[in-house]
Formats: sequence, structure tokens, C-alpha cells
Amino acid sequence: MTTQSRKPEWPLWEVFIRGQHGLNHRHVGSLHAPDAEAAIRHARDVYTRRNEGVSIWVVEARHIAASSPSDKGPLFEPSESKVYRHPTFYDIPDEAGPM
Amino acid sequence: MYAQMVTSEAADDSPEARAFQARIDAGEKIEPKDWMPEAYRRTLIRQIGQHAHSEIVGQLPEGNWITRAPTLERKAILLAKVQDEAGHGLYLYCAAETLGVSRDDLTEDLLSGRMKYSSIFNYPTLTWADMGAVGWLVDGAAIMNQVPLQRTSYGPYARAMVRICKEESFHQRQGYDIMLKMCRGTPAQKRMAQDAMNRFWYPALMMFGPSDKDSVHSAQSMAWRIKINTNDELRQKFVDETVPQAEFLGLAIPDTDLRWNEERGHYDFSEPDWTEFYDVIKGNGPCNVERMTARRKAWDDGAWVREGLLAHARKKAGKVAAE
Ligand SMILES: [Fe+2]
Ligand SMILES: [Fe+2]
Repeated sequence: MTTQSRKPEWPLWEVFIRGQHGLNHRHVGSLHAPDAEAAIRHARDVYTRRNEGVSIWVVEARHIAASSPSDKGPLFEPSESKVYRHPTFYDIPDEAGPM
Repeated sequence: MYAQMVTSEAADDSPEARAFQARIDAGEKIEPKDWMPEAYRRTLIRQIGQHAHSEIVGQLPEGNWITRAPTLERKAILLAKVQDEAGHGLYLYCAAETLGVSRDDLTEDLLSGRMKYSSIFNYPTLTWADMGAVGWLVDGAAIMNQVPLQRTSYGPYARAMVRICKEESFHQRQGYDIMLKMCRGTPAQKRMAQDAMNRFWYPALMMFGPSDKDSVHSAQSMAWRIKINTNDELRQKFVDETVPQAEFLGLAIPDTDLRWNEERGHYDFSEPDWTEFYDVIKGNGPCNVERMTARRKAWDDGAWVREGLLAHARKKAGKVAAE
């Protein structure tokens, strides 16, 4: 496998699509394109050939900052131990009525 | 399959590698930034890359008939099908790139012959009935392999397979629909359908790769869950599903030894000619040279577009920054 490219590639873009009105945009994949305008056009062809979307966001992959897998413990543990943040933590007598 | 005979490297026995295997055994997905053994990473690049190349090269035998489709509707359908295959190639290249290989490296490795694509696409498509046979048998065989791969251990690969599987059913059905039309047509059309069946049956069986007894790389790949079923399991499943479909069309399977085995609950069938298979893989199939010439030409002819659009984008970005 060669690891060195000869000429610069079109940058990589991450694609987010709103499937239906009222839903969030969701990450669906990535693609290469020279600029944002072309990336949206490519995303239309690659990711919405069957009416999968009503809106497209693209962002160049190098602009995405991500948590690292080794952070998983320290980053998410604090919320795991706070059971009182969930409604099921509280015992409300039935007599109090629906709540 | 679309990835045939992928060389799988042996896993090492480090504590990390054992923890990694435990994650896979527990059904966890491996994501791009997770630690993974080098051998897993390299094997996957080869497998996903080969799969992607197959989708891209696989456009050529069908592209051959777009301008000659018998009706405008058939032309639109075939065009949509071939466009899907381009999409499949792109989903898979993106998945491979998450493993640290560049798109251009993958392309160059295909064009230089360092990486392979499925043997099936080195056979010619001689008549319109071949569009039926390819959709029904070739996409049918691909589905057998791709459905279980939706559960593969590598997250980006599994997600690409989910998208692909959603689209494949249309491919197989439009192919079978062509066969149906031809088998219910004139005697000459029916003969054409039978001829396509005769030529594509064994090459379709070869898509699953060599027999399990000769398949040296399976064990490691199965442990890593980048291969879910053995070649022979999938081939058998394909035969069992396809024979009744052929019977419904009134087409004969070109295998005098094909018969239902009550005891096994499966069809017995003849193995394809493996000498031919290895020969095609080595580059000596009827269309290997034609396919690679077409891919090289497309890559070279497109160079000015890739470079020109990039230059334009940079110029525009420069202007925006200067304003
Ligand atoms: Fe495909
Ligand atoms: Fe397909």
C-alpha cells in the first residue's frame, strides 16, 4: 500500500442530512469536494438519491474537533453517578395522582 | 465475493490485541480512533478497498448497455442502478479512508494492479439479457455477502453496508424483471435469456471465492468479524435461493449434477472451474485489460477537472480572505 499522495486531493467533507421536517440533521457519511458548494451538490447525488433529505449541511472534516476514545471514562463518568438527575430516582406515592 | 481472497494477517498476542479481541467477541463496534492491531487495519484496508474497487469497476459491464437499452424506461432504470454502484464505491472508499489511507492511494493501487476487484467484472456483457443476468445473479450473489456484513466489527464499514443493502434489492429485482420479460417474450428472446444464464452461472458462483478447504485467510478474518460466513456457506445459500427463481423463469441451470439433496436439505451442485477463476484473478479474464484501460482513461482524462476545480476553489477562498 502506498502511503504518499502525489497531488493534493479535494478536501474531505462530513455530510449531515435532515431526513424530514422537524428532525435534527444527522451525520450520514463523507465525501471529497473542492469547495462547500460542490460538496453540497455531491452530497445530493451520493446521499439523497431516494428522497432521504430535505436539507444538507456539509463541514470540512478538518474543522471537526472530537473527544478521544481514551477520554470516555473521565468525560462521561460524572453523569453516570448522578442518578438523581433521572425522574425514576423519586418515589412519588400513587395517591399524589399522575405526575 | 466483491472482496475475494483478501490476505488476512495474523493477530499478535499482546495484551492490547487480546483486549481488542474481547471487545469484538462482546459485539462492540470498533471506531476509527480506537486502538486496533496493525494487521486488522491493513487487512480491512485491503478488504474494503477491494470491495470499493469492485463497485466502481462493476459499473463498466452495465454502462456498456445504457445507450442501447430497449426503452427509455429501461434506460432510466439502468442509469439509476449504475449510479447506485458509483455511490456504493464512494461509501466504501470513505470507510477505507477512516483507516488512514488516502483516496488517491487507493485509486493508484487499483490502476497499478496492486489491488484487485471482483473476478465477475472481467466477463463481457454481450446482449441485453446480460443486464438481466447481472442484476439477478451478480447483485443477488453480492446481497448474500453484504447482508451479514452489516454486522461486521468495524463501524464505518458496517454503516456503509447498511446503506448499500437498502439499495441492492432494487438492483436484483430490476434484473429479474428483465429476465421475466425476456422469458415471456419470443423464442429468440427466451434463448437470449438462457444464453446469459449459461454464461453467468459459474462466474457468479466464483464470486464467493475458493472453496473453504482452500480458503486460507478465513479463520483470522472470522475471529475479527470482518468475514461472517464461509465462502461455501454463502455459495450454498445462493444456489438454494436461485434455483427456484430460475425454475419460475423456465430457465435451465447449466449444471447436469444439480439436484435437491433431501438428506442435507440443500441442492447439490458442481463447483466452478477454479483454474479459470485463478486465471481471471491473475489478469487473464476476457475483459481484464479492457476494464483497467477504461479506469485508467477515466482517471487520466479527469485530472484537469480535479486540478482545475481545486485551483478555482483556492482562488475563491483567497479572495474571501482578502476582503
Ligand atoms: Fe453495489
Ligand atoms: Fe448492486
